[in-house]
Amino acid sequence: MFYREAGQFKTNYKADQAIFPILQDRIGLGIILLIAAIVLPLFGNDFFLNSIMIPFLIFSLAAIGLNILTGYCGQLSLGTGAFMGVGAYSCYKLVTIFPDVNILIHVLLSGFFAAAVGCVFGLPSLRIKGLYLAITTLAAQFFLEWAFIRTAWLYNYNDSGAIEVPTKTFFGLAVTGASASPTTRYFVVLAIVVVLTWVASNVIRGRIGRSWMMIRDMDIAAELMGIKPFNAKLSAFAMSSYYCGVAGALMVFMWLGAAEVESFNINVSFQILFMVIIGGMGSLIGCFMGAALIFILPITIRAAPELFGLNIGAATAEHITQLIIGSLIILFLIVEPHGLARLWQIAKEKLRNWPFPYG
Amino acid sequence: MELLHEIFVAPFILIGELPDLFVQTIWEGFVAGILYALIALGFVLIFKASGVFNFAQGIMVVFAALTLVGLHSLGIPAWIALFMTIGVMALLAIGIERVVLRPLVGQHDAILLMATIGLTLFLKGAGEFVFGGEPKPMITTELGLPTGVTDLEMFGGLVSLQHLDIAAVVIATIMVAALAIFFSKTRIGRALRAVADDHQAALSVGISLNQIWAIVWFAAGVVALVTGIMWGARSDVSFALEIIALKALAVLILGGFTSIPGAIVGGLIIGIGEKVFEVYWGGLFGGGVEAWFAYMLALIFLLFRPQGLFGEKIIERV
Repeated sequence: MFYREAGQFKTNYKADQAIFPILQDRIGLGIILLIAAIVLPLFGNDFFLNSIMIPFLIFSLAAIGLNILTGYCGQLSLGTGAFMGVGAYSCYKLVTIFPDVNILIHVLLSGFFAAAVGCVFGLPSLRIKGLYLAITTLAAQFFLEWAFIRTAWLYNYNDSGAIEVPTKTFFGLAVTGASASPTTRYFVVLAIVVVLTWVASNVIRGRIGRSWMMIRDMDIAAELMGIKPFNAKLSAFAMSSYYCGVAGALMVFMWLGAAEVESFNINVSFQILFMVIIGGMGSLIGCFMGAALIFILPITIRAAPELFGLNIGAATAEHITQLIIGSLIILFLIVEPHGLARLWQIAKEKLRNWPFPYG
Repeated sequence: MELLHEIFVAPFILIGELPDLFVQTIWEGFVAGILYALIALGFVLIFKASGVFNFAQGIMVVFAALTLVGLHSLGIPAWIALFMTIGVMALLAIGIERVVLRPLVGQHDAILLMATIGLTLFLKGAGEFVFGGEPKPMITTELGLPTGVTDLEMFGGLVSLQHLDIAAVVIATIMVAALAIFFSKTRIGRALRAVADDHQAALSVGISLNQIWAIVWFAAGVVALVTGIMWGARSDVSFALEIIALKALAVLILGGFTSIPGAIVGGLIIGIGEKVFEVYWGGLFGGGVEAWFAYMLALIFLLFRPQGLFGEKIIERV
């Protein structure tokens, strides 16, 4: 009734090619952005911003990175955590070497180092496919983890082996470090995530993105039709790793404040893969939905026993959380293997015809 | 020049000077390789029959070992606990087939993989919830496994062989032989091979896929139990085994996803290779190379032979 494109005529090609051709979608997106940019910082407390919204946005960005590779280009990867680590460590080194340059530039630059490493580990994808490739990306994960520990230069030879984020300012406002307020960090993360999501959605719609999808759907046929697998696969690896690298840099600089190698271990890779699969492969909105579910669900489950007045130990709670999440993942895969994005799509279809059962 | 010497000359001089150390290294690698091979064997059994890449195999190893130790700690005699654990693994297999696999038939590889990762989380949570998260000693002596050490004199030095390791090698060999006989001689074994060959053809001659899947998961569960006992006896039973189980993935790449001999040969290559590399070349990299050597070896190997050592040749058509 209210969600209909009837009467919205497209009078030029530009309108026809718009990302959101339907007016209601544009209004909806505007409302979401308005809530994210004004309502949440105004009414959310520090805990909410710091422990839920900031990591949620960062994980969404990493999930977009992995989705570019897995969902759009069809190359399964288990090395996301390590690529995030490359971004984080290179951002830390950039800050150490060029302390005067703006921190935001460092964060965005650090993604390029991750992209370079991603390209190197993406080379086997030219010969190896599917599950075999997934296992070779484990080589990236474990090799990089080992390199982070062994290369003392990366963490400036300090004894703890951890990287500590110094306080950096942006036009006189502390952006990173202990003195930065959660609201400031939230705005920085939000801005970067929104801009990068917008870039990703346009790249995916364009020539490069379409060549990724051709490779995903059938690589040999795509090759016969003139897509170079080398270009398509490596550009997917590069762009995916860039996003993961920026997400990793944001994770350390805007959220954790200090990080060790454990922050980028294989479990992070799996967590992000879960976000992509539960959210929906080949869908950007799915990345946000998946990140919301996988990141926020454990927090809710952990908080639940207290709400019911039960007192169970932290370790037991952790085990139960794991058990429930494992079952939920299986349940989700059985109920909707194409992820939350598909559910969202179905809901929109229903809404278009509402209140009638068929259009 | 110095570096080249370190890489190509010094390790071999060391091997020549201390051959007993070399033999000891090979033996340690061999035993570790056998255990990798056993984990990989579980993967291969399931992949062949159902096309599911069972990521949970590593956790099944821990889960089986934990169940055994947990049951024994309730005061149940070791051997009865062993049979009860086998029963638990059978129930688990039937449960997995009913609840997870049956609704997901025909889905994309990645989704099946994710389902088994979900299963990994579930089993880990369940195992820790029921039996507690702390490492536990394996009931080695209660199961009648030998624990002594034999020192062999060799090349003017001593090579010590743990009796437990010898037992592990013997038991693994017996189990692989038993599986081979089971596959070639029994009715169920032949049905399993038929399913591995072609699902639809197997269905058309009246083989129940669901039943076969439950059986392979059970077989993988028993392999997991044996692996769990062996590995648990060498170190404690804990969820740290999970990382070691991931190494079996590299073994799979070397051997191919569908080949049982491949799993064994791959396991031995990785096991021996990483021990020798760590001892003789690890110093060049600052140590700890065991963490990634297996994967790198597999990666380089794949570039030349994408289907693995014994895998079937991949032919693709448009």
